[in-house]
Amino acid sequence: MGKKVAIVGFGQTYQRSSRKDVNGVELINEAVRAALEDAELTINDIDAIVIGNMDHFEGVNYVDCWSAEGSGAVMKPIFKVTTGGTTGTTVAMCGYYHVASGMFDRVLAIGWEKNSESDTTGAIVTAFHPVWERTRFGGAIAGLAVEASKYMHNYGVTERDGARVAVRERLHALNNPYSQLHQDWMKGMEPEQIVDLLVTSEQNQMLAYPLRMSDMCPRTDGAAAVVFASEGVAEKIAPTPAWVISTHNRHNYVFLGDINWDRNDTLEAAAKKVFEDAGIKEPLKEIDVCELYLPYSYAGLKWMESIGFCGPGEGPKLVWDGVTDMDGELPVNPSGGVMSSNPIGATAILRVGEGALQVMGKAGDRQVPKDVNYSLCTGFGGCNWADVMLLGKKKPS
Amino acid sequence: MEKVAIVGVGQTTYERRKEDTFDELVFEAATKALADAGGGIGDIDNIVTVSNDFWDGRTISSMGIQDAAGSWDKDISTVEGDGTFGVLYGMMRALSGSFETTLVVSHMKGSEAVMNLITNAIFDPIFQRSLGIDATSSAALQARLYMEKIKASQEDFALASVKNHKNAMNNPNAQLPMDISVDDVMKSKMLADPLKMLDCSPISDGAAAVVIATEKGAKRFKKSPVWIKGVGHVSDAYTLGYRDLASTRALDAAASKAYKMAGIKDPMKDLDVVELYDAYSYMEPLWYEGLGLAKEKKGVELLKSGATAMDGDLPVNPSGGVISAHPVLVAGMTRVVEGVLQLRGEAEKRQVKGAKTALAHGINGACGQSHCVFVMGV
Repeated sequence: MGKKVAIVGFGQTYQRSSRKDVNGVELINEAVRAALEDAELTINDIDAIVIGNMDHFEGVNYVDCWSAEGSGAVMKPIFKVTTGGTTGTTVAMCGYYHVASGMFDRVLAIGWEKNSESDTTGAIVTAFHPVWERTRFGGAIAGLAVEASKYMHNYGVTERDGARVAVRERLHALNNPYSQLHQDWMKGMEPEQIVDLLVTSEQNQMLAYPLRMSDMCPRTDGAAAVVFASEGVAEKIAPTPAWVISTHNRHNYVFLGDINWDRNDTLEAAAKKVFEDAGIKEPLKEIDVCELYLPYSYAGLKWMESIGFCGPGEGPKLVWDGVTDMDGELPVNPSGGVMSSNPIGATAILRVGEGALQVMGKAGDRQVPKDVNYSLCTGFGGCNWADVMLLGKKKPS
Repeated sequence: MEKVAIVGVGQTTYERRKEDTFDELVFEAATKALADAGGGIGDIDNIVTVSNDFWDGRTISSMGIQDAAGSWDKDISTVEGDGTFGVLYGMMRALSGSFETTLVVSHMKGSEAVMNLITNAIFDPIFQRSLGIDATSSAALQARLYMEKIKASQEDFALASVKNHKNAMNNPNAQLPMDISVDDVMKSKMLADPLKMLDCSPISDGAAAVVIATEKGAKRFKKSPVWIKGVGHVSDAYTLGYRDLASTRALDAAASKAYKMAGIKDPMKDLDVVELYDAYSYMEPLWYEGLGLAKEKKGVELLKSGATAMDGDLPVNPSGGVISAHPVLVAGMTRVVEGVLQLRGEAEKRQVKGAKTALAHGINGACGQSHCVFVMGV
């Protein structure tokens, strides 16, 4: 049987639209040093490393090899995993499995991206089939706009509902010094007032109906690293380790045309497996905080339903009632989420790291004002692919 | 560590240009591996795919093939690197307690790629790429340094090419079965001094797959398991100038770890067959040293002794090795597949009689920066 595994350290760079002061390897090194410092370890304590990003953003091949002098992998075990948008959670899961296998006790998992060096949409378009879909697919924004339109049609959802999610994410980001977007003008305003501004302002450019600039995530330079440790070791490193309770993913689709646009059924299936493992029956009541990979606003409505926090079409009510705000029953993305910083290969591991901080009680100004026994972290990418990792304060039995 | 086994293996033939698409190749290898194991996709708990976005010319290259690997409604992940690292991750996931079986697949169509541009992208974009350096020209630097260090000749290295291409004549899957002489190698076209065409592995298409299972998971399948006894993986530094390219310290460390786990004291005696990553002729004697089959500087001596020939004490690359078929990423997994076939006594004309312990080796990066070593046994 596998070993129990916990997160004992987390480090991230300041997420910015362009980090011209560092190259990719230096950016990685910044996150590694921060994670080691957080865990009060040195690189000599690390038994193995796993790293991930998306090749075509920076145009660097064999990143595990290329980054060795920044990641600390010289004369250490390292390999690379990558799955597109879900890369960060894929890296975190790989760090988890390194330790759970019993082969390594302290493992560093690194995600990074320097989007300022990339043609992000150009690279994303090539993820799809070269003959059947590449010529038609308009990139991430267009695909998500289709999903949002279908969801609005199905449940009578409005642009104001979408904007309400964006407002939550950007208000939360104001508490996170690492976040890229700090929209200080929102400070002290009521959410309704900001929503009204966002849906009427001509400055808030429409990208692909119904998605405006404010509905989308930015492109970010950044890196993040998480230290995983085995039971027996973890407790000695961290006073309150964040235990991995369960993790699963579903990457069912290859073709956009096959996707079920009514439901995010991969997220639904992965979350269901995780809740089964953890014995969670009422997610809304039992989960204390979420760090969800919500790349655009309407995901914060529809995907809440897919995870099982509310019924179909009930997402807008949940969000308008303030349930997902910092002081609500289920705070979602206290960090400001993907819509406030999106260094793609790091984005999903930021969710895991931020989720761990909440369990460990180390989230500073963005710590939720309640006990955190369970935090739920997700990754999204590819062709509606979903990764889910549940962290908890109590060591799993 | 709990016991973990390989219960099924599959591979396509390796050719210069196959008409099959990526997903067709993966489907063929995966289907063969499952049939070989005596099970079906329903017996698989999770999947690891191996692919590289540069080689496939596709961002999220795993997206194009994962349905062919049978991933619907299963946990799945992707290793971007040599197939041995994919096998390693598949093994970790099987040992984690979350799954009892893993299917690992890899594919490559070198025919749809431009090798020198893709491997040029391994190097530093500002200081090195503009020199035009690629896998072969960097390997030439390593070959030259190794020659100088051990006072070897180009003819010495050619012996590895002659031996392995001849071995390939016994392997129906190999791309380049050839009965050639040292003279043929010497007369072949110079690509990057001192490496000539016949010192270099070819561009290849193909796919491979393995089914990994815990002791409990192995009971789902009909085939007798081949056990993974030891594994080690270690990376050297990246910058070529920071490395001693004629030193094998990363391979030493990876092999030592695998040997320790497997209880191997004297690899030359304790191993019965070796499949190593000879992307270029000189790599075979160099990796002998890293794997502890020969002492430092004695790799060529071992090669010349004939001990690693088919009829020697420790046959190396009975399959013909990477120099006889080099589907990048797949090639390391092929070493594992060949090792398994040897241990089961199913290697047909390339069978090493009575093989009980086998070693498989894969590399990542330029000049073998990162190594993965498996020791397997029955």
